[in-house]
Amino acid sequence: MVPDHHVFFLDPNRCIGCQACVHACSECDTHKGHSMIHLEYVDRSQSVQTVPVVCMHCDAPTCAEVCPADAIKRTGDGVVQTARKPRCIACNNCVLACPFGVPKMNVGFELMMKCDMCYDRTSAGLKPMCATVCPSGALAFGTLEQMEHARPRSRPIHSFQFGAQEVTTKVRMMVPRGAPAEHIDVTSMMDQAPDAGFVPVDVLLGAMHRHGEGS
Amino acid sequence: MSIEHRDPRPRFPDGRPADEQPAWRNDFPIDWPDDQYVARRDYTKFMVLTSLAFAVGQLWIGVKRLVRRGRREPTARVEVARLADVPVGGVRTFRYPGPENACLLLRPDEGTLVAYGQECTHLSCAVVPRLGRGELHCPCHVGAFDLKTGRPIAGPPRRPLPRIALEVRGGVIYATGVEERTT
Repeated sequence: MVPDHHVFFLDPNRCIGCQACVHACSECDTHKGHSMIHLEYVDRSQSVQTVPVVCMHCDAPTCAEVCPADAIKRTGDGVVQTARKPRCIACNNCVLACPFGVPKMNVGFELMMKCDMCYDRTSAGLKPMCATVCPSGALAFGTLEQMEHARPRSRPIHSFQFGAQEVTTKVRMMVPRGAPAEHIDVTSMMDQAPDAGFVPVDVLLGAMHRHGEGS
Repeated sequence: MSIEHRDPRPRFPDGRPADEQPAWRNDFPIDWPDDQYVARRDYTKFMVLTSLAFAVGQLWIGVKRLVRRGRREPTARVEVARLADVPVGGVRTFRYPGPENACLLLRPDEGTLVAYGQECTHLSCAVVPRLGRGELHCPCHVGAFDLKTGRPIAGPPRRPLPRIALEVRGGVIYATGVEERTT
C-alpha cells in the first residue's frame, strides 16, 4: 500500500526537458526499454517548454471506465495499475479516452502499458524512479508539509476540467499560489478563446515561463 | 496551503453514490479490493448450489443404472462357431449381441474358451489378442487386458472388458449373454 500521506507532485514549469525521468523509467526491470513517462512539448513552435506526463491516477479512472475487457484495475490506495496482460485485448479504448494521454499501446506486446507510480517502489516506501532522478524537482514525491515548506509560492491542484467532465486525481499538479485557477482545463488549448476563470494549461505554463514566476 | 481533502471512496463519473449505480458496476468493479471481495452470502450460495449439483448428478447416475438393469432383455442364444473350427491358439471374431458389437473368441489352450467384447474400455479402440503374452493389447495407448479374466493389467484402461458367456453344446459354440463388469 502507498500510504495516503505520500503524494506525487507534478510541477511542469520546473521541467527542463533533460529526459532523466524517461531514461530512469525505462531502466526498470518490469518494463525494460519502455518508458512509462512521456516528455511532451507544450508548444514546440513557440517554446522549448516540456512537461512530464505521468499517470494522474484519477478518482474515477476514465481508462478503466471505457475498458471493455475489465483489464485496468485500481488498487485500494488509489493507484491505477497497468492493464492486466491476460485480459487486455489491445483495443486502444483507454489510449483514446484518457484525458491526459497517459496510456500507450504496445503493439508488439498487444498490451496497454502505463505509469503505475512505480508501484513496486512506492508500496515499499520508496519514491517513484522519475521523482528520485528529476534534477529540477518537476517530479516530486513526499508529504504535503514537505512540499509546502519547499515551494511556498505554489499550491497543489488535483481537479481538472475535461470538456464537461471534472476529473479529480491522486497526483497533484503545482500551480502558482497567486493564480486564480481552481482547476485546469485540459481541452481548452484546443479552443481559441479559453473560458474565463479556467486557466488553460498552455497559457498557465506560458505565463510562468515568460514572467519567471515558477516557484 | 489550502489542501482539499481527498475522498477515499471510489467515485463514479456521474457523481452519484455507489448504491445508485447500475448493477454491472458491482459485477465489474474497477477497484481491486471490490473485485476480489466475496460476500459470505455469495460463497454460501455457490457452495450449496455446487454440492446440490453433485448430489443430483450422483442420483441421476444411480437412477440410470436402475432403469438400465430393469430394462435388460434376455439376450439371445447365437451360434458363434463350430468348436472344430477353432484350433488351440486360434482366434475368431464375431458380433454379439448386436451387429455393431465386435467380439473376440479365444482358445488359448485345449480346455479354455473365452470371449470378450473387442472395445477397449478406455477409448473404444479395438483390442488385439497376444496369446503368447497372455494378454489383449490395445494399440492406441498401449493398454493391456489379462487374457484369462479380461481385467486391465497395463495402460490407461481401468475397467475390464465385457465378458461374453459361452456355451458349448454338440460341438457348436453359442454366445448366451454379456457380462458387463465395472471392477
